[in-house]
Amino acid sequence: MPNLRFGLAATLFAVCVFLAAKFVGNQYVFFAGYVVLQYIVLATAWNILGGFTGYVNFGTAAFFAMGAYSSVVLHKTTSLPLPVMIMVGGLVSGLVGLGTGYLTLRLRGTFFSIATLAMAVVVQTLVTNWDFVGGSRGAYVIRPAKSPIFNGDYIQYLFVLMLILATVSVAVARAIQYSKLGLGFASIRDDEGAAEASGVPTLRLKLIATTLSGGFMGMAGAPLPYYVTYLDPSSGFSLSYAVNTIAMPLIGGTSSWAGPLIGAVLLGTLQQVAMVTISSALSLLIVGLLLVGFVVAAPSGIIGWFTR
Amino acid sequence: MDLSLDLLGNALISGLLLGAFYAAVTIGISIAFGMLDIVNIAHPAFILVGSYAAYTANSVLGWDPILTSIAMLPVFYLLGVAIYTVYDLSFERRGDASIRGLAFFFGILFITEVTLVLVFGVDYRLVEAPYIGPSVHFGPMDLPLRLLVPAIVSMALVGLLQIYMSRTFIGRAIKAVAQDPMALRLMAANPNRIKRIAFGLSIATCSIAGAILIIIQPVEPSIARDYIGRVFAICVMGGLTSFGGMVVAAMVLGVVENLTATFYGPSWSPAVAFGFLLLTLAVRPSGLFGRT
Repeated sequence: MPNLRFGLAATLFAVCVFLAAKFVGNQYVFFAGYVVLQYIVLATAWNILGGFTGYVNFGTAAFFAMGAYSSVVLHKTTSLPLPVMIMVGGLVSGLVGLGTGYLTLRLRGTFFSIATLAMAVVVQTLVTNWDFVGGSRGAYVIRPAKSPIFNGDYIQYLFVLMLILATVSVAVARAIQYSKLGLGFASIRDDEGAAEASGVPTLRLKLIATTLSGGFMGMAGAPLPYYVTYLDPSSGFSLSYAVNTIAMPLIGGTSSWAGPLIGAVLLGTLQQVAMVTISSALSLLIVGLLLVGFVVAAPSGIIGWFTR
Repeated sequence: MDLSLDLLGNALISGLLLGAFYAAVTIGISIAFGMLDIVNIAHPAFILVGSYAAYTANSVLGWDPILTSIAMLPVFYLLGVAIYTVYDLSFERRGDASIRGLAFFFGILFITEVTLVLVFGVDYRLVEAPYIGPSVHFGPMDLPLRLLVPAIVSMALVGLLQIYMSRTFIGRAIKAVAQDPMALRLMAANPNRIKRIAFGLSIATCSIAGAILIIIQPVEPSIARDYIGRVFAICVMGGLTSFGGMVVAAMVLGVVENLTATFYGPSWSPAVAFGFLLLTLAVRPSGLFGRT
């Protein structure tokens, strides 16, 4: 019941966000807002595994790009509507998450982290050598002339899709946090040996976490080809996705669903502003410095300032 | 047939030389990750710092890259000591090294890369030295000095560190701290001091590894990422703590990568290291020579 109430409140809030963006009446708000919303999904997805369960995933870019490239493939072969593509992207990345987890999660946590880093490069190499999706030259994706809603305004359509995804992912993360599943995740994070000994099915829970986390990252990536209209491996697999999705939850606070949300909104907005006012390289440097600064000086993140 | 045998022979030999070079890149990780259990994923970024230091000294002052890197050893050692001090105070003492420690090094990796981009730009940089260019010929085999000199330097580095680790008190203490810090404390040695020295050594190797990296290939800031997978693949395959196993694993990877590049094209070779790593982790996490 409280989940339903939160869901309703979140939906209402999302509608307000959309109306506010509409009220500003500038296309750029939708362009920049899309990126911030995308980071909310990515950071929340990362936190399901990283924050709740305690396993660091460096392969965000791989899951994200797999969602994006599955859309490219579907775009070339079929004429499915975008929401279906998002589902497929989520499914593909979720399955890859399950596979990676199955191969490596029986090991110590650091090996999982290194393996995800490795996976990102393997997937990037495969895509670079796969001519059907453009190889290293990249792929052009022509947007449909009209979106099904909003009188054909495509960027508003993408914005609303990402807004829905962000709302769903945050609601799911919150539901998990207060459920039995969330307790299981937390027990793994705090002491995996003790959890295992007390009968928590640790491997199964970890696999659920990687699948969910990977799936949401794939869904966040699926609309990307339509947003950028040109996708090449080095931008789809950019390291900045991985850095941002780790920095945002750690800055906001990893123990709660609200942490990644706060981190993504703050850092995402800051980056969008810094990108237009300073330079994009410098805005990435700010993210890196904030990440290291928070990790060293404020280990519980922004949330930690209020809960003490 | 003759031609392809030559090709195979040359690919094998340059693969071995490349592998010898990989050993120099990995030895710092063998110390930091294998012995101290510090997951320093920023290691390749420091190697690039070494490359750019050699590049700057070479292009501005005309110094030899390898001699520069030897002269720079103390600077890198102190850098390592400084990083370990921050790491120790922020994470190890709080008993919270895993997630935040990883994120810390990931942040450092990223900061270093972006700083290098801001300072040097994204163009490929290279150095000039008399041994870059000519080759030694043995019958049909070509030994490019560009690969041979780094391989020799690398093997010298590994050999010296091996002697240091097995003959000196500090070296043995580093090996001991890897196994049991508590026991080391009972022997009246301070594990933190030993670890600080070891991490300093680990970063110091980046100076030399960086110089020979820029001799082998032109560098730009983002190639550090290609080396993350390689160094960890080699380190894990070699069984984490043993230098000998690490050198063998490095050679294996060098040969397989080179054969892949020769017969399938260079765009596939990055996947080789990572494929190796994933396979090793999935099938035999204790490494080729580890005890299961």
